[in-house]
Amino acid sequence: MYSEKVMDHFMNPRNVGEIENPDGVGEVGNARCGDIMKVFLKVENDVIVDVKFKTFGCGAAIATSSMSTELIKGKTIAEALEVTNKTVAESLDGLPPVKMHCSVLAEDAIKAAIEDYRKKHHQ
Amino acid sequence: MGDRIYLDHAATTYTKPEVLEEMLPYFTKQYGNPSSVHSFGRESRKAMDLARERTAKALNANPNDIFFTGSGTEADNWAVKGAALANRKKGNHIITTTIEHHAVLHTCNYLEQNGFDVTYLPVDEYGIVDAEQVRNAITDQTILVSVMTANNEIGTIQPIKEIGAITREKGVLFHTDAVQAIGSVPIDVDDMNIDLLSLAAHKFYGPKGIGALYIRKGVKAQQMLHGGAQERNRRAGTENLPAIVGLGKAIEMAALDIPGHNARLEALRNRLITGILSTVEHARLNGHPEKRLSGNVNFCFEFIEGEALLLSLDIKGIAGSSGSACTSGTLDPSHVLLAIGLPHEIAHGSLRLTLGEQNTQEEIDYVLEVLPQLVQRLREMSPLFNQQKGGQIFV
Repeated sequence: MYSEKVMDHFMNPRNVGEIENPDGVGEVGNARCGDIMKVFLKVENDVIVDVKFKTFGCGAAIATSSMSTELIKGKTIAEALEVTNKTVAESLDGLPPVKMHCSVLAEDAIKAAIEDYRKKHHQ
Repeated sequence: MGDRIYLDHAATTYTKPEVLEEMLPYFTKQYGNPSSVHSFGRESRKAMDLARERTAKALNANPNDIFFTGSGTEADNWAVKGAALANRKKGNHIITTTIEHHAVLHTCNYLEQNGFDVTYLPVDEYGIVDAEQVRNAITDQTILVSVMTANNEIGTIQPIKEIGAITREKGVLFHTDAVQAIGSVPIDVDDMNIDLLSLAAHKFYGPKGIGALYIRKGVKAQQMLHGGAQERNRRAGTENLPAIVGLGKAIEMAALDIPGHNARLEALRNRLITGILSTVEHARLNGHPEKRLSGNVNFCFEFIEGEALLLSLDIKGIAGSSGSACTSGTLDPSHVLLAIGLPHEIAHGSLRLTLGEQNTQEEIDYVLEVLPQLVQRLREMSPLFNQQKGGQIFV
């Protein structure tokens, strides 16, 4: 049901963890629905130099968290904002239809973290 | 120990070789239609009669009261809809529970849309229905009570005999979905005052695609499938003879060995439960510690989600199931786990492991070796779980 890429990112997730004193944090979803994604950003000169995540959720939720953090690492804020749920899903060689909301959650988590970064840095 | 461990016997079992062996001639050699007059037909009729007798014997029922169906779901639909519609003039009230299988619950929902009132009785924290609550819920409009013998998710065994005594006293029909119970819970339809009982062969080492409904003599249940005169004019359609033969053999074997089966599985089950409780923190056993099916283990692991755990186990060759929303195809976790009072976030982290006759102690020990690591790996990824010096702090 999952692509090999999804399974790879589920089994070997990239960028798991937290960042101390992050420049931006975004948390979306809720435990009631069975999905929470929390993304931490370290930003230098408008570039995302480090990103970490913590996720409570299914295999697809973990894989999309992993893939989305990989997609924005080293990118500028503007570039990171161009990452959509579709990009995340396509980079994972697709997701089952019932799991598409996980990729939406990943996009939302990144946007929420960037929003938090902008608020903190008055941009 | 093979390279994979199957712990999902509540979903379905393998077919026992003895069962398959009895079935095989009815595909290629004795393929006559049991309704036919010729010798081919008569041979098939004889085989079907034997299967019916074996099924009846396992339930202490009369063979004339056994009707083969295409599945446990069909048997449940027939029992609930059939009894409701046939007794419509007596009343329009049905009593069931919040933890029934969807084959009963969704059938009751359908009847509600068609003029029936349904009471869904709550269960206690172990998933047990209080027989006295059944008594108190009966009104002069009540025509049917439907309570499962044992729950498919958490394995809780219900006080069927007590409920049967009450429904008999009150003159209300009693249906029990015994799909998970056959082979583990001894059934006597007379002693337990059961009027209708559903079962499915693939839960007790028989083939898929065959079930049966017991309908006590004199109980009215409207026909669901109209057509030919099969099943004493009550369920049309050419009989699935190889599967019926398989059901007969499987239920005979299952009913003969209930104490042995339970002793073997309980030893493994208790080893698994004790092992999990002693190696995984924040693990909650769902269902009753004793009044549960011999093969059922159901846990919630806090701070993680069930499907992620299932995938992790699958990679290690262990097949289980979960009541998380991600495995149910809806946004809500299992209705059974919610009914026993678990909050959504904990219900999402459920794992059901159901044992069967081929499982070994070595396999259980392997599960106990890998499961704690898999739970820990997911917890370390979870924002709900933070490890701090000397203890855990939960956000």
